Amino acid sequence: MSVDLTWDLVADVRQLLSYHFMLNALRAGTIVAVVCGAIGYFMVLRRQSFVGHTLAVIGFPGAAGAIWLGVSSGFGYYGFCIAGALVIAALPGGGRAGSGLGGAGEESAVVGTVQGFALACGFLFVSLYKGFLSGLNNLLFGTITGVADHQVITLLIAGVLCLAVLVAIARPLLFVSVDPDVARASGVPVRLVGTVYLVLLGTAAAGASQITGSLLVFALLVAPAATASRLTARPYLGLGLSVLIAVLVTWLGEAFAFFSPYPIGFWVTTLAFGAYLLATGYGLLRERLGRRLVTA
Amino acid sequence: MSAVLELDRAAVAVAGRTIWSGVSLQVQAGEFVAILGPNGVGKSTLLKAVLGLTPLSGGAMTVLGDRPGHVNGRIGYLPQRRAFDPNTRVRGVDIVRLGLDGDRWGVPLPGRLAGSAGRRARERVEEVIALVGAGAYAGRPIGQCSGGEQQRLLIAQALIRGPELLVLDEPLDSLDVTNQASVSALIRDVCRSQNVAVLLVAHDVNPILPYLDQVIYLAHGGAVMGPPEEVITADTLTMLYGTPIDVLRDRAGRLVVVGQPDAHAEHR
Repeated sequence: MSVDLTWDLVADVRQLLSYHFMLNALRAGTIVAVVCGAIGYFMVLRRQSFVGHTLAVIGFPGAAGAIWLGVSSGFGYYGFCIAGALVIAALPGGGRAGSGLGGAGEESAVVGTVQGFALACGFLFVSLYKGFLSGLNNLLFGTITGVADHQVITLLIAGVLCLAVLVAIARPLLFVSVDPDVARASGVPVRLVGTVYLVLLGTAAAGASQITGSLLVFALLVAPAATASRLTARPYLGLGLSVLIAVLVTWLGEAFAFFSPYPIGFWVTTLAFGAYLLATGYGLLRERLGRRLVTA
Repeated sequence: MSAVLELDRAAVAVAGRTIWSGVSLQVQAGEFVAILGPNGVGKSTLLKAVLGLTPLSGGAMTVLGDRPGHVNGRIGYLPQRRAFDPNTRVRGVDIVRLGLDGDRWGVPLPGRLAGSAGRRARERVEEVIALVGAGAYAGRPIGQCSGGEQQRLLIAQALIRGPELLVLDEPLDSLDVTNQASVSALIRDVCRSQNVAVLLVAHDVNPILPYLDQVIYLAHGGAVMGPPEEVITADTLTMLYGTPIDVLRDRAGRLVVVGQPDAHAEHR
């Protein structure tokens, strides 16, 4: 395959789309970005970033174990991430959000212990399955060349299910995330909503791991959401912005990865980080200007 | 007048330990009632029992003519809390709106798509925000509002369904003296103008003392209820605690309770 980047953007895009693996990468990337942008928005709101990171890392032993046993890595990702979500939800206080009113925090030690154990298991499976080194890199940092048609279908089904459930629970989830005590008194099943959300988070992490790798899932789960919440305090607008940023970052990241020798995980992560920096700068600028207007 | 809350020899136990027992009292519609008493005596537990979040271990309780927990849609609740984290990037107006329909599944349709129901909801949000005087900062992220501003927005949230009973757990705690006075006056105004009964747990009775109809004083596993001038007296409290208690009045008319066990943080 020979790739030439020219100044003719239309020709570049045409060139990019002429490869089937790139089409699949874009399809998979788009699905993953929409899901991660939406699920991640609530993760940031609920201050469950550490749980999200742990669920993503749990996908690694899942995938490594699946490959060692000779089954599709997708089973490993989804199986381990969803099981991990249920385990964390079952931990005392584990499914509770570190809401804006404080709380949580103390169980992060438990979650961290689980995460360390998961990584260790992953490396064990990798060493049990000999001759796997390039695969290890892909598991951890992702690849755009490896997305097969059936994987896109699986991602699509999981993604549509995820979003449907998220839409169904979005409003009580928002309530529980910012104000759990009042939500409970209003009759919201706080524990159930928290558990369902963790399963969604696990599913999203499992899907994204297959594109960006286990270590860089975070780029898609946390950065677009954090960027969006810097830009607006309207919850549903923030949710939409988060999805939009995630999709843009993924498309650009995949295109850059296509035209450069560097891996997709690097590009997606770097672009997401750049977006966050820009949004933070914009927020600070607006605050300073606002203050000057008030004092003037 | 009808009773919004009635306890008949009620008792509550948490983890097998009886917190209070033999408590009988009545709160009438539109009354402003404070729940007082030393730390750890079960003031918040009483509110949780009213909401049906903590079951009774004995006796009976009727809330708005029904069993506790069955009528929470007609009760506005403001739990004991610290302030919102400064990084909470959700607007005050969204927090208020959650009080109206936050327990419903799905997502609200945006703007015009929501039709007349959506417009009514938005108008109701504006109405309660105006009622508590929070219009100037309701559009800001709640984490960036001051303690007093957050408390007003949360009172608006508690009021949005037009409740018959407001249950407030230490709403004045963590506010400075000026805000304590203005939030107390706001609660009194709401109580009178909306004819909603208020059940308020207080650490310090003084900011609300002029507005109170009744006081529930919890101590020693029991309770006394009556008008403040009858309950917060040396005789009543001495009887309740079983040890000598003095109630002093300073020059500004502020009450100071002296001699109660675990009194170090009481009625400053």
